[in-house]
Amino acid sequence: MTVLRGLVKTDFKMRYQGSFLGVAWSVLKPVLLFVVMYIVFAKFLRLTDRTPTYPVVLLLGICSWQFVSETIGIGLRSIVDRGDLLRKVHFPNYIVVVSASIGSLISLGINYAVVFVFALFQHVEFTWRVLWLPLNLLELYIISLSLALLFATCYVYFRDIAHIWEVFSQIIFYAMPIMYPLSYVIDKGGVYASLAKLELLNPIAQTIQDIRHNLIAPATQPTVWNTFDSWWEKAMPFALVLCVACLSVYVFRRNSKRFAEVM
Amino acid sequence: MSDAMPGDAVTIDNYEEQPVVLDVDHVDKWFKLPTEQSTGLKQAFINWTKGIKGYKRQHVLRDVSFQVHRGEFFGIVGRNGGGKSTLLKIISQIYYPNRGSVHVEGKLVPFIELGVGFNPELTGRENVYLNGALLGFTHDEVDAMYDDIVEFAELEEFMDQKLKNYSSGMQVRLAFSVAIKAQGDILVLDEVLAVGDEAFQRKCDDYFTSIRQDPTKTVILVTHDMGAIKRYCTRAMFIQNGEVAAIGDKETVAERYTLANLDIMREEEARKAERLQQERSEGKAVYPNGLNARCPVLRTYAISPLVLTSDEKFCFAVEYEFNESDDFYLAIALHDIRRGGITFDTGAHNERFHMTEQGHHTVYFEMPLDLFNNGEFRLFTSLRTPIPGNTDTTDMVAVALDDNACTFAIRDPRNMDYALINTRVMQIEPITEEEALAVAAQTAANEA
Repeated sequence: MTVLRGLVKTDFKMRYQGSFLGVAWSVLKPVLLFVVMYIVFAKFLRLTDRTPTYPVVLLLGICSWQFVSETIGIGLRSIVDRGDLLRKVHFPNYIVVVSASIGSLISLGINYAVVFVFALFQHVEFTWRVLWLPLNLLELYIISLSLALLFATCYVYFRDIAHIWEVFSQIIFYAMPIMYPLSYVIDKGGVYASLAKLELLNPIAQTIQDIRHNLIAPATQPTVWNTFDSWWEKAMPFALVLCVACLSVYVFRRNSKRFAEVM
Repeated sequence: MSDAMPGDAVTIDNYEEQPVVLDVDHVDKWFKLPTEQSTGLKQAFINWTKGIKGYKRQHVLRDVSFQVHRGEFFGIVGRNGGGKSTLLKIISQIYYPNRGSVHVEGKLVPFIELGVGFNPELTGRENVYLNGALLGFTHDEVDAMYDDIVEFAELEEFMDQKLKNYSSGMQVRLAFSVAIKAQGDILVLDEVLAVGDEAFQRKCDDYFTSIRQDPTKTVILVTHDMGAIKRYCTRAMFIQNGEVAAIGDKETVAERYTLANLDIMREEEARKAERLQQERSEGKAVYPNGLNARCPVLRTYAISPLVLTSDEKFCFAVEYEFNESDDFYLAIALHDIRRGGITFDTGAHNERFHMTEQGHHTVYFEMPLDLFNNGEFRLFTSLRTPIPGNTDTTDMVAVALDDNACTFAIRDPRNMDYALINTRVMQIEPITEEEALAVAAQTAANEA
């Protein structure tokens, strides 16, 4: 635990190392980004489902996705980046990946706080569904950490993984209803509607939709719960999370003993 | 530090009464060395399609077994590439053995390379806490030992400076202080006795001497320095080519190590000589360093064993080939490798070494060793011709250097390691004040 705290602290300090505003950037950056996005997407592009809460929904989706891609992107390199450490002292090396994920978790917290302020401005009405949020976030954290562990293991052996992930993350980003409203695709009907339903089976998309649904707009955000009828379709994303988690823990544990030698 | 009495110190005689804190049991370790240049997915795929492994196995440790008991100061020596560092990493659980097992009892603090996880952007204080955490200590535990660490490192004024503003010596001192002042049960040290300036080294020396008396602290020290092994260790182990070549009494182990080093040196020399011989037989007029066409062979080699006690005489031979005249000299110089400098020289035209037979011959000599303390020595022979009309000096034709010189060592339990001349042949005697005054009077009289 002490190691984890030490590493997270160090990472956090390093992030805004040498900048004039220091830690203030961690709040300032999302605020500025959100303002830009808000103006571009909600005012100019009008890529919206025409509900007043859509801009907040959009921001919520973007920062949730940022958490996933940051956790995996940094976590993937963390083992190799901390190689000098792992070659000199013995400590459980998953801590290195976890510390990277906690760093992203901190920025997620800050981002959510900013989104919350935006939500207040947009007069979002919160419902009892907010109580589901911790579970949704837990799922999001588990899937991100699992993928980070899995890719970090691969990265020790094959540096190609970093490039593969870069491309792959772009693909899944657009295969998820983050920059566009899912209802917009469903409304098109036909093949598009089926594809939109398929998108929801991706656990990351499912979680992000759940978060949007529960926090901000229960009425307008389709989720896996109100889109599918049969229980096995509803269970699909969760089964996927479980599979990925088991696989990555297994792969990581099997290989982690050899990290110090291979790097 | 514990308040144990010096009498409780663990020694070679009673260490077995203490519980085992480190048990290395039949450990084998090998590495996969890639045979191809790249290590990407592409290469892995190519190797797979070709059906080749893409690596070869490097066996670094073979069946290594030993136990260290609590309170011991255990030394591990060996040549570079002999498997010492790998063994240390296995003990520290950074590497895992391919076969066998390692069991550690208590908290192990490794100091394998300098500056474990030090971050240049953090201050000295933050680095100490991070380092402590990595070694497995909680914040409170580091609090407790923090002052001790800073004091030992002598860096009180610098602790709130960023580490990047430290000199490299200061960084090393801080890292080392964290390792040895951390309240671990087993301290694992690799090649660290060359840390810091002289004053700091003396401090470390004192610390090691004191820790040796402490029956609760176990230290495992890896080094090339036989002196360190002898000063601090209760027991030692010599690792050669990944195997335990000797273990137990430090003197015996030190002996084996010295001997092995001399053996290797001799093998190298023999190989070099062979190569020269071969080149010469191929018609290339190549002479070893120091020799030439006038004197193609001049070689000093040992007849006695290479490690001797002070009571023995070192017997050696000088082989030469010189065809110009029947009137030349050999001059033999004794070089002290450990302390430096020429200890003894027969002189440029010593009649005893006046040679009268030209051609290819071997002459034999012996030399008493009772004057010296322990050390490593080297004999250089030169071949000299008289200069007509000059009786003061001679002309050097050739000198036996490198593999033509010969190395031996003196090892005697009665001897000391430090000074050249031992106390049995020379002593400084106390005199009375009257005697001293008499000398002073004599000196004054002479000057007047």
